[in-house]
Amino acid sequence: MIEIQNLSKSFGDLHVLDNVSFDVNVGENLIVFGKSGTGKSVLLKCIVGLLKPDKGNIIVNGKNILSFSTKQLNDFRKNLGFLFQGAALYDSMSVRENLEFPLKRNFNFSQEEIDQKVINTLSLVGLEEAVDKMPSELSGGMKKRIGLARSIITEPALMLYDEPTTGLDPITAKEISVLILNLQKKLKMTSIVVTHDLLCAEIIADRAIMLNEGKIVFEGTIDEMTNSQDKFLKNFFSHEIINE
Amino acid sequence: MHLPQIKYIKNPTTSDKLYNFFANISGLTIFNIEFFKQAFLPPYEISQIKKHMIELGVKTFPIVSIMGFILGFVLSLQSYPVLERFGATDFLPSTVALSVIRELGPVLTAIIFAGRVSSGIGAELSSMRVTEQIDAMEVSAVNPFKYLVVTRVYATTMILPILTIYVIFIALAGGFIAVILYESMSLIYFKNAIIASITFGDFVPGIAKTFLFGYIVGIVGSFKGFVADGGTEGVGRASTTAVVMSSLLILISDMVLVKITVWLWPSLG
Repeated sequence: MIEIQNLSKSFGDLHVLDNVSFDVNVGENLIVFGKSGTGKSVLLKCIVGLLKPDKGNIIVNGKNILSFSTKQLNDFRKNLGFLFQGAALYDSMSVRENLEFPLKRNFNFSQEEIDQKVINTLSLVGLEEAVDKMPSELSGGMKKRIGLARSIITEPALMLYDEPTTGLDPITAKEISVLILNLQKKLKMTSIVVTHDLLCAEIIADRAIMLNEGKIVFEGTIDEMTNSQDKFLKNFFSHEIINE
Repeated sequence: MHLPQIKYIKNPTTSDKLYNFFANISGLTIFNIEFFKQAFLPPYEISQIKKHMIELGVKTFPIVSIMGFILGFVLSLQSYPVLERFGATDFLPSTVALSVIRELGPVLTAIIFAGRVSSGIGAELSSMRVTEQIDAMEVSAVNPFKYLVVTRVYATTMILPILTIYVIFIALAGGFIAVILYESMSLIYFKNAIIASITFGDFVPGIAKTFLFGYIVGIVGSFKGFVADGGTEGVGRASTTAVVMSSLLILISDMVLVKITVWLWPSLG
């Protein structure tokens, strides 16, 4: 479904992505691991067109999104969901208005259908009672769930997660990870999950890649990655610091 | 949407400050061009414009009411002794009215509006920027420039002239109350003296320039908020610099507009 070909992105002298290439198959959950600042979020932002890569191609369903017009890009975006690291809920809108926003702007549903979708989606994330709350009244975990609900309410084919469990306690992080897996199965979405939370990855992943200094240094299953004898990978997953 | 990023130099030296100044000017120019490219294309977001007019305008009414009343009151108090020296106290209503209508009402209302609204827009949009809400909107296939910027600029452009007309009436009321502290003057005399001295040419340029001032308040606040970076520090910086920049641009544009008005219509000078 998605082919990333030789993607490079720099900010001044800082080469964040350097000739990154990988594929994501339809219905697959791909985890992108990497230390902070290795370009994981930049990669996601390039895929959704928030950042323009300096070089390379992003092929989605056979079409290079980098050559899309604004209208084509927006049509592509209508079919994807993006969970931001801080959930990025619109803080001047209630939970209901947050969820209604993409539906009212991009689709021709009746108000009755929209109300039904809002309630159904909130029940999927277990937060029906929060429908009339403002984002400032929600905890970190609730915000992530509402952000997730807003992203999936349009039933996108492709879902991107930017560190979905960062800043959450272990129990909530596990709940969010299970929720992501269940939603993926239920809605049959293709997902790319950027994280450095191994537990989250173990729950969700079909396959994983590891980014280091802008390059992919490993591609395989989570088991293969955690059992690798590569020093960087051992360092990444070990509880101890291993000197290279 | 890819607006060019503005790279400010942090902890600038004198020459860096000059660089930052020109970075601001070029960024604001590009932002203005983007506004005019998008302002006349659908969707027009009428409901958002109405919402912002109410939020930005109505909430400014209390502060401009106080400012307007004090303006008229103080102007009368200050002018009366001066006019009395020349035996010209009969000219007090027209003196106050002309000052308020032609210059002080529009400019002071715009400055207060900039302090209240431009900083608010700057803070709100910069907060949305640093918490990725603007990115979230863009990913939802909604044009954030249109939804957040164009609507606010329309709202400020349309609401400031209304506020200014209101302030003028409040200031004249304040002026009348100050006058009757000195001498007994009827409201009808005060009103007739003003009507007799004011022409259409006094009123139109004063109100017309508030459309530009309203535009400046909206576009500068939006610009500072939309291009903000650097977390909460960036939010504070956007809010403060929005007020400074919009107030300064209001004063500069006022000077230019008055000069143009006097040049085109010398009788107004």
